[in-house]
Amino acid sequence: MAEAKTISQAPSGLQRASDRVFRGLCYSFAWLSVLAVVFIVLRIAFAAAPAVRQYGLGFLTTRTWDPNQDQYGILPEIWGTMYTSVLALGIGTAFGVAAAVFLSEGYLGEFAFSVLKVFHVEFHPFWGKLPERLEQVLKNLIELLAAIPSVVYGLWGLFVIIPLIRPACNWLHLKMGWFAPFGTDLSGPGVLPAVLVLSIMILPTITAISRDALVSVPPKLRMAAYGLGATPWETILAVILPTAARGIVGGILLAFGRALGETMALAMLVGNANSITISLFSPANTLAALLANTFPEAQAKEVGILMYAALVLLGITLVVNMIGAFILQRASAGLEGAK
Amino acid sequence: MAAIDPAGSGQLSALTDQPDLNPFDGVDFNELERSLRRPRTLTNILLTWLVSGMTLVALVPLFSVIWMLFWRGGKKLSLAIFTQLPPAPLEQGGGFGNAILGTFIIVVLAALISVPLGIFSALFMAQSQDGDRLASAVRFSAKVLTGFPSILAGVFAYGVVVLASGGFSAIAGAVAVSILMLPTIMLTAEDAIRMVPAKMKEAAIGMGATKTQTAMMVLLPTAFPGILTGIMLAVARAAGETAPLLFTSLFSNYWPSSGHHLNLMQPTASLAVLIYNFAGMPFQNQVEMAWAAALVMVLMVLITNLIGQSLSRRQVQS
Repeated sequence: MAEAKTISQAPSGLQRASDRVFRGLCYSFAWLSVLAVVFIVLRIAFAAAPAVRQYGLGFLTTRTWDPNQDQYGILPEIWGTMYTSVLALGIGTAFGVAAAVFLSEGYLGEFAFSVLKVFHVEFHPFWGKLPERLEQVLKNLIELLAAIPSVVYGLWGLFVIIPLIRPACNWLHLKMGWFAPFGTDLSGPGVLPAVLVLSIMILPTITAISRDALVSVPPKLRMAAYGLGATPWETILAVILPTAARGIVGGILLAFGRALGETMALAMLVGNANSITISLFSPANTLAALLANTFPEAQAKEVGILMYAALVLLGITLVVNMIGAFILQRASAGLEGAK
Repeated sequence: MAAIDPAGSGQLSALTDQPDLNPFDGVDFNELERSLRRPRTLTNILLTWLVSGMTLVALVPLFSVIWMLFWRGGKKLSLAIFTQLPPAPLEQGGGFGNAILGTFIIVVLAALISVPLGIFSALFMAQSQDGDRLASAVRFSAKVLTGFPSILAGVFAYGVVVLASGGFSAIAGAVAVSILMLPTIMLTAEDAIRMVPAKMKEAAIGMGATKTQTAMMVLLPTAFPGILTGIMLAVARAAGETAPLLFTSLFSNYWPSSGHHLNLMQPTASLAVLIYNFAGMPFQNQVEMAWAAALVMVLMVLITNLIGQSLSRRQVQS
């Protein structure tokens, strides 16, 4: 054993050099992606600066949009964005949380199991796996809702939803026209079709995040509730949902952020009318739809104004998203102790 | 007996002497049975049915969209639509070959920007210690981008590329789309790299590998399926994005070429913008073309998504 032969050896000079270069590369790319985000925000802010200086806060509270008279205000768009998003959030939350409970409680699997039991094949090597597979398929189907591009939802809303709901809406207007939300008739694009399609688009977000929150509720809480004699639904309503509430609220806020920034479905369905309306059937406008519809043909002057509108949209969505992300982070940290 | 154990047997006899004192005394057995007549049970079953019904209702739009796509888009499907140019108003026939090519070009260019940026940043985040300021800043900016409205990516690319280069172009569209692809790629790649078993990494370091060698020969190959999943999901999202393309790559009725060369600096057609433009037209042929384009696009998006999901199952688990 004069000399110990090993397969390992110290890195050569070239390897050391390439290591340094590679680490520098990773480091600079990391910086680059942070700077990119800062740059995006600043770029929009600087482009909006002249318009902000010229129109000030009055831009947010006036309702005329007239390039000929050089008067611009986005109050109708801000109202439209909030109105459609809040309504869509209401519908999306109801159905999204229901679907999350359905998925996390394993109702479909239970149902499939009881059907298999009738045929006495519940422990069969092939059929026995069916309940679990069905659950998985259902979860993937809900996620597929998110995979469909928003322009396709817009197309679908235009040719399926609007003709489908128009008779019912006009009947409601005829019978209950005194009620402000039914104050006009639906002649084509309007708030309600936009809200319906928007709620479908945000549902997968709510379901996915709520389901994660429901599944991560410690099982011993459920067992304790059953032990005290609670029915399954008393357990869900009084124990599981309150425990998962933070996660669900975080998910709802992220979905709200998505609804605020959603463009195509709204640009196609909301009607692009520069008016403040409470009627569900009359056309309105949103910030994102305004940008999508006005930008392609905008003059240099108008581009600056639109940048201001973009900055407002950016501000609103950033705040909502950050609160949502913060609540979600706290939610997962809060459950650590309960495990 | 009473002399030996007065207390114990006294109690026992007290129990046994009174036959009416049994542990189930006062229990109404009917009360213990599950009965639909009791409000608690009834509520339970009704809520279960309500939630099941609502879940099914939530799935109706998905099936309706897919059914409509095949029904209205399917009948227009032919070889011609993949090779011909979009029809002019009132013209019959035509296709959207240029839009498919345009979408492909924009997505590939966007991937060229966002994939290296995303993977290197992810590698940096995964390799950093807990509490590294830069790493948490990168993660934070990725999360900010996740909720970034897609139209604002278009506004940004308009300000940076379109105004600077003096015209609408495929490059501008790619820049806008790459912003939306970046967070998906970055966050999925970081997760995938973190999932690589610590043993493998430690073994590489123990063999004397440098950080670069560990990353290139152990971490990236092991995490590859996961990283590819992220890229696939990002590509699927990018292919369907419309809002960022509306005023960056605009639309064109012609092939993205000048002479016989590919020209990336001119307005370029994309499937998404074609659907948007044609959906609002009052011509039957254009509307049908929009449905066919939607079918082609959804199929592309869904297939990419499914490939991505099947890859994620191959990931090495620690």
